[in-house]
Amino acid sequence: MKIYVPLDSAAKALGADEVAGAIAAEAAARGMDVQVIRNGTRGMIWLEPLVEVDQDGTRVGYGPVSVEDVPALLDGKLASLGPVEDIPFLAKQTRLTFARVGVIDPLDLADYEAHGGLAGLRRAIAMTGAEIVKEVTDSGLRGRGGAGFPTGIKWNTVLGAEADQKYIVCNADEGDSGTFADRMVMEGDPFCLIEGMAIAGLGVGATKGYVYLRSEYPDAIAVMEEAVRRARAAGVLGADVLGSGKGFDMEIRVGAGAYVCGEETSLLNSLEGKRGIVRAKPPLPALEGFLGKPTVVNNVLSLATVPVIFEKGAAHYAGFGLGRSKGTMPIQIAGNVKFGGLFETAFGMPLGTLVNEVAGGTASGRPVKAVQVGGPLGAYLHPDQFDTPFGYEEFDQAGGLIGHAGVVIFDDSADMLKMARFAMEFCAVESCGKCTPCRIGAVRGVETIDRIAEGDAGAIPLLTDLCETMKDGSLCALGGFTPFPVMSALTHFPDDFARQKEAAE
Amino acid sequence: MSLSQPAPSAEEIREIVASQLHLEGPLLPIFHALQDAFGCVPEGALPVIADALNITRAEVHGVMSFYHDFREVPAGRHVVKICRAEACQAVGADALAARTLEKLGTEWHGTTANGAVTIEPVYCLGLCACGPAAMVDNKVVGRVDDAKMAKLLAEAGA
Repeated sequence: MKIYVPLDSAAKALGADEVAGAIAAEAAARGMDVQVIRNGTRGMIWLEPLVEVDQDGTRVGYGPVSVEDVPALLDGKLASLGPVEDIPFLAKQTRLTFARVGVIDPLDLADYEAHGGLAGLRRAIAMTGAEIVKEVTDSGLRGRGGAGFPTGIKWNTVLGAEADQKYIVCNADEGDSGTFADRMVMEGDPFCLIEGMAIAGLGVGATKGYVYLRSEYPDAIAVMEEAVRRARAAGVLGADVLGSGKGFDMEIRVGAGAYVCGEETSLLNSLEGKRGIVRAKPPLPALEGFLGKPTVVNNVLSLATVPVIFEKGAAHYAGFGLGRSKGTMPIQIAGNVKFGGLFETAFGMPLGTLVNEVAGGTASGRPVKAVQVGGPLGAYLHPDQFDTPFGYEEFDQAGGLIGHAGVVIFDDSADMLKMARFAMEFCAVESCGKCTPCRIGAVRGVETIDRIAEGDAGAIPLLTDLCETMKDGSLCALGGFTPFPVMSALTHFPDDFARQKEAAE
Repeated sequence: MSLSQPAPSAEEIREIVASQLHLEGPLLPIFHALQDAFGCVPEGALPVIADALNITRAEVHGVMSFYHDFREVPAGRHVVKICRAEACQAVGADALAARTLEKLGTEWHGTTANGAVTIEPVYCLGLCACGPAAMVDNKVVGRVDDAKMAKLLAEAGA
């Protein structure tokens, strides 16, 4: 009998290791033939630890399972959730990037291949660099890290650059609150990221890759490092990728707790062993990136989406989506939420459908007050804006951004002035210090919001002005986008900024 | 990571530094390796690193002090990180952190008087759908409430 217990951090944080241990021990005590497989998470975090039992080829789910439930589980007496794939939250999704996550044993390369893995790389090996880049361009894939820059155009710049060495750098510095999709891929389907990087390497002529992975993700680091070792041993990485005669190898590099290193140029500095200070652009990293060489810097999700594009074709991928937002987006639903987790779907779903229907509203059962989309630099959206379709341009028009597609739900107990203050405080803590609007502006921002909290309404225009300066004058998105949460809180929730005054009087 | 460890010898430091020099951009891996071995980046390592990489001691210090992770002195025997980011705030992480700090009688980055636990803020552990989140050394914990925190702290000897 096969029993699946996720090894994903979120499942572990809710007791999956203990449950897996208890199943193995109980089965051994009963003399049952049970194989415990540690899969990734299906992304239904409210059901974790979600245990799946293979019953004649159908995986039946149980969850959340506690250690105390294990005897009943093995007796067949625990209430089940039915076939996992039929659970509405999962059944409603279109899983392209996350097709294998939660399904396979993440470190079993044969299992990976049996589920379509390496088909994309094999197809890419038969193509020229230019054809590989064109396939990515045709898919319409845009950078999933937040900026939404067309991936194919970036790759084409690196392809066209002349150099003795080029690099593929994967940005796995997933520091945005409310996002965990990168972590889920790395823990649940690491070979997919490796395959995507290898295809990128073949495409642009880069032989070396790095994954810059944040230190806050020790489990993802361990899984990725083991996956790279296994891929190398199997000839997926190395001097002769799958017998193609072309070389590509990669390393995992661990960050050191600096949020700003999620910005691509400061990431490159950090990788080089410097302070994670933002570089001015130009030169683009595509021309002068890691160690001054042409470098593709892509987010985990962008690179992990590449294999499916090559497996199924650019047209298949581009067939999903809305307008210029092609394909699917793995949306992460978090915060005060009833059904939190990962929901991959074609672009275009209205925000309100996501929040109220898919996610079921708040965990507390209280009304939704605000939704922050796109991490700490994303705007707080009001329920009045819930008809906004999930797409890059659509969110831009609504005064927000989708960023890395983290959706954090707050109930009516949230104090939006406090959240605005936190945004400035976070920017002050994490600023790299290179440009003045961010370094000093964030500190002044905290002080100005404190004045507003003390009842000084005259500080509101000052805050607005400061936000303008930060937006226009900052070198990167940290200082440039911190005004999004601050100004959206002020604009959409003015009562929270005025109530403070009454309280002070 | 005990506070009572003897100061690492110059030889030990040189060996660790040398083990990372084959890497492209070896400085962060060097800091990580030293901290894994000694619980901090010992002051005596800075000139060794500067010499090995042919950069100034000021540059080495500048890089080390830029990153939140690297310590000049070892932490307590266990490090408890509590997430302060927005998704965890949405489910009461602020209040949990405040009560924890008050109970331990310490501030952020502080260590309990018995040296058992250092408390640090962290901005996102990627456990945003099961917050409030915390991490004890490298072990993640979700949906932390007062009872769970008390248990974690007791296990850590705080």
